[in-house]
Amino acid sequence: MMPDLGKYATEVLSAYGITLGLMAVLLVLSIQRGRKARTALRRAEEETARHGKV
Amino acid sequence: MSIWKYANPVKFLALSARVQPFAWAAAAIGIIVGLGWGFFATPDDFRQGSTIKIIYIHVPAAWIAINAWIMMLIASLIWLVRRHHVSALAAKAAAPVGLVMTVIGLVTGAVWGQPMWGTWWAWDPRLTSFLILFLFYLGYIALWEAVEDPDTAADLTSVLCLVGSVFALMSRYAVLFWSQGLHQGATLSLDKEENISDVFWQPLVLSIAGFTLLFLALVLYRTGTEIALRRTRALNVRLDKTT
Repeated sequence: MMPDLGKYATEVLSAYGITLGLMAVLLVLSIQRGRKARTALRRAEEETARHGKV
Repeated sequence: MSIWKYANPVKFLALSARVQPFAWAAAAIGIIVGLGWGFFATPDDFRQGSTIKIIYIHVPAAWIAINAWIMMLIASLIWLVRRHHVSALAAKAAAPVGLVMTVIGLVTGAVWGQPMWGTWWAWDPRLTSFLILFLFYLGYIALWEAVEDPDTAADLTSVLCLVGSVFALMSRYAVLFWSQGLHQGATLSLDKEENISDVFWQPLVLSIAGFTLLFLALVLYRTGTEIALRRTRALNVRLDKTT
């Protein structure tokens, strides 16, 4: 299944590893920040509604 | 029907919610199939050996790095001319994605260049303009964080974006007007003689499509985050005034 990468195996695998790792970090951080922001907005909207100022 | 109706955050978020599921799914398919095909099912290049497989991540990342800045330029111009907040926030949302893609382009380029050119780095026109583009991304993100008033931050970052566009375009076209660099010419070309062989071209195009759709999905999601943060800030200011 794994292709024979010959003498350049380290270069090819590290390029793929770094890329997929950085993309995973970008995805996770984006989703974490998004969830936090949406939760904060929901709370602020509830708070505003309680004060009768929507 | 006018495109400007999506300057309204509610309408933008409604459209974004409809588009995102398709964008995420198509991005995942494009990236998995494109990279899987390129990595597992394409032959080695007769000169570059298996390092040719780096092309399926290096070229799409560089493509996004440059075009993300062009998208930010268009959004910044819309902000400067029409003062639509969503466009300024979309530019802000795109910058970290572009930054990560620029880092991927630089790192995979260095890893590829070492065995092919005998060096990790050269002050080649395309490499240098790409490094400057990376610094512009950092500066752009830092400027958004440094200025407290969001409208002032949007103004200043938009101007920075206009200046940085020179380097984004230079990264793209440097190889055409400076021929003394180490970096090869354009990988994809409409000229059949110059274009890479079909066996590499097909998975590469699929991978580029996957990265582009991932960029779209991420920017839509992240713009939603920026809109939520802006609205929260406005509500909190109102609450502070009333309590």
